[in-house]
Amino acid sequence: MLYWLWLVPAVPFAGFLILVLAGRRLGRAGTAVVGVGSIAVATAIAFAIVPPFLALPGPDRVFTQTLWTWMRIGDFTPTVGLRLDALSLVMMLVVTGVSVLIHLYSSAFMDGDEGYARFFSYMNLFVGSMLVLVLADNLLLLYLGWEGVGLCSYLLIGFWYRDPVNANAGRKAFIVTRVGDTALAIGLFLIATHLGTLDIQLLMARAAAAWAPGSALPIAAAALLLGGAVGKSAQLPLQTWLPDAMAGPTPVSALIHAATMVTAGVYLIARTHVLFALAPPVQFAVAVVGAATLLLAGCSALTQRDIKRVLAYSTISQIGYMFLALGVGAWSAAIFHFMTHAFFKALLFLGAGVVIIEMHEEHDMFEMGGLRRDLPVTFWTFLIGSASLAAVPLVTAGFYSKDLILFDTWSSAAGGPWLWLAGLVGALLTSLYTFRMVFVTFFGERHRAPAGRAGWRMTLPLVVLAVLAIVAGFVELPPTLGDKPYFTGFLLPVLPAVAAIPARALDLGRLQIAAGLVSLAGIYVSWLLYGGRRATVTALMRHPSALVTRRFWFAGWGFDWLYDHVFVRPVVWFAFADRHDVVDRIYDGLAWSSRAGWRALSATETGRIRAYAAGVTIGAIIITTIVIWT
Amino acid sequence: MGAVPLAHGLVVAALLFGLGLLGVLVRRNLIFILLSIEVMLNAAGLAFVIAGARWGQADGQVMFLFILATAAAEVAVGLALALQFYRRLGSLDADAAAALRG
Repeated sequence: MLYWLWLVPAVPFAGFLILVLAGRRLGRAGTAVVGVGSIAVATAIAFAIVPPFLALPGPDRVFTQTLWTWMRIGDFTPTVGLRLDALSLVMMLVVTGVSVLIHLYSSAFMDGDEGYARFFSYMNLFVGSMLVLVLADNLLLLYLGWEGVGLCSYLLIGFWYRDPVNANAGRKAFIVTRVGDTALAIGLFLIATHLGTLDIQLLMARAAAAWAPGSALPIAAAALLLGGAVGKSAQLPLQTWLPDAMAGPTPVSALIHAATMVTAGVYLIARTHVLFALAPPVQFAVAVVGAATLLLAGCSALTQRDIKRVLAYSTISQIGYMFLALGVGAWSAAIFHFMTHAFFKALLFLGAGVVIIEMHEEHDMFEMGGLRRDLPVTFWTFLIGSASLAAVPLVTAGFYSKDLILFDTWSSAAGGPWLWLAGLVGALLTSLYTFRMVFVTFFGERHRAPAGRAGWRMTLPLVVLAVLAIVAGFVELPPTLGDKPYFTGFLLPVLPAVAAIPARALDLGRLQIAAGLVSLAGIYVSWLLYGGRRATVTALMRHPSALVTRRFWFAGWGFDWLYDHVFVRPVVWFAFADRHDVVDRIYDGLAWSSRAGWRALSATETGRIRAYAAGVTIGAIIITTIVIWT
Repeated sequence: MGAVPLAHGLVVAALLFGLGLLGVLVRRNLIFILLSIEVMLNAAGLAFVIAGARWGQADGQVMFLFILATAAAEVAVGLALALQFYRRLGSLDADAAAALRG
């Protein structure tokens, strides 16, 4: 059964090929069957692999499957090999499980779109690439999947390419992530030249043996990998592409730009954690990047009007939490938050998709309102997702994962009170903007009637994800609440435990109470501001400084403006100044002189035999002269 | 039998060759061009014979026989071409055949 592992990425790729080659002939139903069915088969295989994997001996269960040698260049022989261990198993299950739900949802959501087959072919290609990314046993194959998901992200953001705004958003996402990808590629070159391998386990073993902690090489390698992770996971300073990526269809936002692809950076860092442990400054940078991003994005999310942009900034902010966890060495806490985040953020996006479709493609929350009674299933599931995102204590999955991160940040030797405080403020912001979204969308007065288009294929995934958004947290119960750390225990063979300072670990109970209170306080404040008539918030917004702050946050802290002025405009200006291309002059001159030479030579071709004879004579005289005089 | 000095013989050959060449270049009639070529060939043959006489070798005369044979063949082909030329173009003006002008 374990040997079926290769089928998990292969089946979505097969689905992609079928849809690309025969998509037009399949019809709507056939497309949906192939598109959703291939993911369902892959998911079934992925779950069927779990029991035999758990039956493997030893605590550090590993199954590797080498399919073939990719290329052979001297000693450098990367393989197409898959590696299943606790970490990639969790990633694989989350990716396939969430994918199948979102595909089912999409089959209804995209109904009536002329690019139905195209949509599912891209989505299948994405799932296949993502599975290659998480299952790869070497960094080169991982990079292949990494680029594959980037390509699919670009294709799907610009899915409705007839509107130039969407196409531009796709291009922006592609170019901005490319900056990070380039850093990652250079990092791979560095590792391959210095360690002689890209096999992940081998390179980590060699790095630990050959590189001294804190020396220049591991710092360079880890910093370059971090560059790639920052680009893909939309962290500071490359976060600007994700809010614009919401131009794509909503299921795409749910799958790629919330649940799976954007967390690839988190996975990369967790996968190569030994390198980061060897480079403490870089690891600290990871934590700082995470903390700064979660605060910045949280503030921006507070001011957005577009429901999908709120969720986009929220995603950036939550991935900031994962980076914070990685930065303090709480590897499994980051993966735990990845898992719960995948569930509740996919749920929120899918719920938002239902709302948008019912509101006739309206994205502005303030045009919605009062949907609580019209869309009860969506409302309750959305509420559960929001509660999980806001980390409502005890009952939600988000509480357990975020609490673990906050606790580890506090108690880890690499963390500290300041990072913890950033996380706590971020938690307050999270519950504020989340319930602002809930109250504005579902409470208050009703602006327009829903279209009533959401069928069971759209509500079923919502319900399943809502259940997961609650129960997924119970796999890791902290010492104060049952003390059942199954999840971190399961990941322990792959990801080492946090290096905690014992004295700080005693504060767990107090920290949890603080986090719980902050979460509830955020909900209460947003109820005060947005629950009723919003008199307070309107009065608040009249103040000029509030207006300026709001505009600043709304524009994502002006990063777009900054990059536009620092990078885009100079390049555009230069391109304009050089529109007659200086370099082209050389080649134009070459073309001109050869054409002139041709003209001159063709003039000698008179067709008159006597002229040729004269030419031969003159040539002979010249050659003879040269021979005689030299 | 007084030997002709090498230089004299070569000067005569060069003059002959020059006359032939001049004929090729200035005459437009194809027949005269062929005649001029014959003159040039004989100039070359004369140079061979003179050089052979100077060094007492038979090679010069052998080469002249070769040139005679070649010239005979050339005239045969050349006259046939001239005949065709006249049939096609209605004249023997060499400049009339300029269809390959570039």
